[in-house]
Amino acid sequence: MSLGLLSLIVLGLAVLGFLAGRQRALRLAQGDARRLHSLPSYYGWQVFLFTAIPALALMLGWAFVQPMIVDARVASHLVLPEGGSLELMMNDVRRVAEGLTLLPAPSDDLATLKTQLSDAGVALGAELRPDVLTAAREYHAESTSLRNILSGLVILAALVGLGVALARINPAQRARNLVEQFVLVLLIGCALVAVATTFGIIASLVSESLHFFQLYPARDFLFSTEWNPKFGGGSSLGLWPLVWGTLYVSLISLAVAAPLGLLAAIYLSEYAGPKTRATVKPLLEILAGIPSIVYGLFALVTVGPLLRDYFAMPMGWGDSSSSVMTAGLVMGIMLIPYVSSLSDDIINAVPQAMRDGSYGLGANQSETIKRVVLPAALPGIVGAILLAASRAIGETMIVVMGAGAAAKLSLNPFDAMTTVTVKIVSQLTGDTEFASPETLVAFALGLTLFCFTLALNVVALVIVRKYREQYE
Amino acid sequence: MTDATLHSAQPSRSLLASDARTRRRKAAEKRFRAYGLIAISLGLAALVFLLASVLGNGLGAFRQTFVEIPVTLDEATLDKAGTRDPKAMAKVTTVGYGKLIAAALEAELAAKGLDTAAVDSKAIMGLMSKEAAADLRNMVLADPSLIGQTITFDAAATSRVDGFFKGRVTLESAERDSNISPEQLHLAQAMKDAGLIETKLNLWGFLSSPDASELRPEVAGLGVAILGSAYMMLIVLCLSLPIGVAASIYLEEMAPKNKWTDMIEVNIANLAAVPSIVYGILALALFINFMGLPQSAPMVGGLVLTLMTLPTIIIATRAALKAVPPSIRDAALGVGASRMQSIFHHVLPLAMPGILTGTILGLARALGESAPLLLIGMVAFVKDFPAAPPEGLMEPATALPVQVYQWTQRSDPAFVERASGAIIVLLVFLLVMNAVAIVLRRRFERRW
Repeated sequence: MSLGLLSLIVLGLAVLGFLAGRQRALRLAQGDARRLHSLPSYYGWQVFLFTAIPALALMLGWAFVQPMIVDARVASHLVLPEGGSLELMMNDVRRVAEGLTLLPAPSDDLATLKTQLSDAGVALGAELRPDVLTAAREYHAESTSLRNILSGLVILAALVGLGVALARINPAQRARNLVEQFVLVLLIGCALVAVATTFGIIASLVSESLHFFQLYPARDFLFSTEWNPKFGGGSSLGLWPLVWGTLYVSLISLAVAAPLGLLAAIYLSEYAGPKTRATVKPLLEILAGIPSIVYGLFALVTVGPLLRDYFAMPMGWGDSSSSVMTAGLVMGIMLIPYVSSLSDDIINAVPQAMRDGSYGLGANQSETIKRVVLPAALPGIVGAILLAASRAIGETMIVVMGAGAAAKLSLNPFDAMTTVTVKIVSQLTGDTEFASPETLVAFALGLTLFCFTLALNVVALVIVRKYREQYE
Repeated sequence: MTDATLHSAQPSRSLLASDARTRRRKAAEKRFRAYGLIAISLGLAALVFLLASVLGNGLGAFRQTFVEIPVTLDEATLDKAGTRDPKAMAKVTTVGYGKLIAAALEAELAAKGLDTAAVDSKAIMGLMSKEAAADLRNMVLADPSLIGQTITFDAAATSRVDGFFKGRVTLESAERDSNISPEQLHLAQAMKDAGLIETKLNLWGFLSSPDASELRPEVAGLGVAILGSAYMMLIVLCLSLPIGVAASIYLEEMAPKNKWTDMIEVNIANLAAVPSIVYGILALALFINFMGLPQSAPMVGGLVLTLMTLPTIIIATRAALKAVPPSIRDAALGVGASRMQSIFHHVLPLAMPGILTGTILGLARALGESAPLLLIGMVAFVKDFPAAPPEGLMEPATALPVQVYQWTQRSDPAFVERASGAIIVLLVFLLVMNAVAIVLRRRFERRW
């Protein structure tokens, strides 16, 4: 019985339980719902939960445990060849076992069976060996019997839950409280998904990074200035060229976005009338809503060749269309609204009394902005720029398509350089094998990136929050 | 002694003429104002330039050049037995159909009196996509009754001929191109004048056909990518909306104010700022490596995007819940509802427009996201449509933004046009989603 069908049966039983529970509660109250503690449907829901939850939990737990039991039993049949991996052989066993269920009449001859299997769409890594076949048969038999036991147990659990819950119903029972308790647990579980995500990110980054540092010395990774991965081994995986590229691109993008964004925010909040503000602000925010792949294409197709043909080549600075400058400029455009929106909010939060005081002393508007408003808003603006910086460091598509792939330490902004995110993508796309340092280095890079952006965010948020409280 | 006598010691001056310092201050004021205007115009100019460049490069992708020839579907070659049995007809390969097309084209050229002395028959066939014969074969196999008739067949022209009529390929560039010769282009021009070649709208073809190989950009389309994106959005919607709403209800309405709740809140704020590529790493390690889900499957993509959109939806939902005034809750509690009942029966329905707006904006973000999808193998070349859900969720597919990335990595410049066209499609989807969100907000938002 497949798991899908089984869960459908359980749910069907639960629905029956709901109807029966509701009915029974009403009957016990002689058809008068006012004699019940809770509304009748809560009694129904209670039976539903008692039927479905234990049975489904059992099914879920079993789905995790069953492969382990079967694997352990089947592995004893296998003769491990010299240098072979148990993991790969188990994969073959599983595939053969699955194939055996597909074939109407599996042949006993190994060679025929293999062709039969490949006709059925089961491709095998290696030659089909007799011990693999025995193991596969064993695997098949074991899983079928375990699955049958499971089906019996699950249905039994559902029926027992149904019976017990129905028997427990009486008009004084606090059914609503019970159901609401369960809903609360469900809500808490959903809120914890976010925590689980963070935990998952940290666990996967740290565990794979540790794995990497076992294969490759941490010292070389952290202090070497050479990045040259070779998929045959003997590669040098120094972090610094990538960090330099990342910082350089981010610096250029901030040099574009910070002044433009800040001046735009000042104009919008201090000078512009409500009408201009209502049209220009959303227009600028479109820039933040455009997906980064669009900016990537813009850098690759338009800005890159433009910069190369009109700046880099005539000046003799380089002849590559993908460069730090290309990626930085385009990313700067993307970041303008990040800076402007947040700065705008912060400038607006500066109390009017401070401006009035400044006007009263005879300052004109620009003097007030420069000497009073901006200094008062400065911490918040710094926070906004830091947030934009963390976006810039973590941005992927623009640099993948605009910055190039050569890892080098150079000062020329028209050189193609590469960043941490580009290298994560290039080391992890295509056929990845999780045993070589060349692949695993991506996790160490990811960890670096995660720490960088997290630190920037925390600092920025602390600054922004502290500043906001000052004037509230 | 009054102030007036003090001032009289200074040189007297008209109040209407400003002095040098005032003029300087006024000029500084004007300059400062101008800087702001310049900054805004630069930002808006960048937006216009970006959109214009995408539109300029991509609009061509919606038009396609076709060679239109009447082909007689000869029974003797296509269905020797005359049974119209698709199995027997399938024995005739694309080579057979290719010969048929070549003969028809040459006959048509001769009939129109076009001079083909400069090009051999292979070069004439080179004007058409290599996919043409397969197209014709599929057409006949799908409808065997066509055999024996003479039909007008639209064969897609190759990307070079297509580019020639769109201005991307010129006679000079053809000199250096091994895929096309100036003679072929002359012939193509002559065929166009004779009405055999036409460049026409190919919207449906571009949107529905699957990706094609490196050598056949003229028939590459977005079908699989759009379907894959739709599957992923479905998963994101089904998972992130209930989970996000449940989490927000707990945090906003139920949670006691203690350090655990604080920790969850800080956590969500930080998750919203984690770079998207890190989610890709998480998906690779957790879903593919640890849980053994297949690569390139919309299921995995949908799960990552769900995790990415959750913080956005939670933040939007909490704002919407907060906007419902406490009097609503108090009224419900006052007539005897429990806390859960007051939330699920009264607060949540009132907050729904805000929640939906936030969800749509979150979906729009997820639709444009590509970096994490690169890591879970969605860059693979996928030509077959995935099946309908639920099985299709586990079959390889690709996504709109990833398809764009993939096309930009190919050498033929015709793919750049296709990539920009795909971007236009993506932007139209985003525009529609945002418009719906704005309308929802305008229509249903209540000020209390």
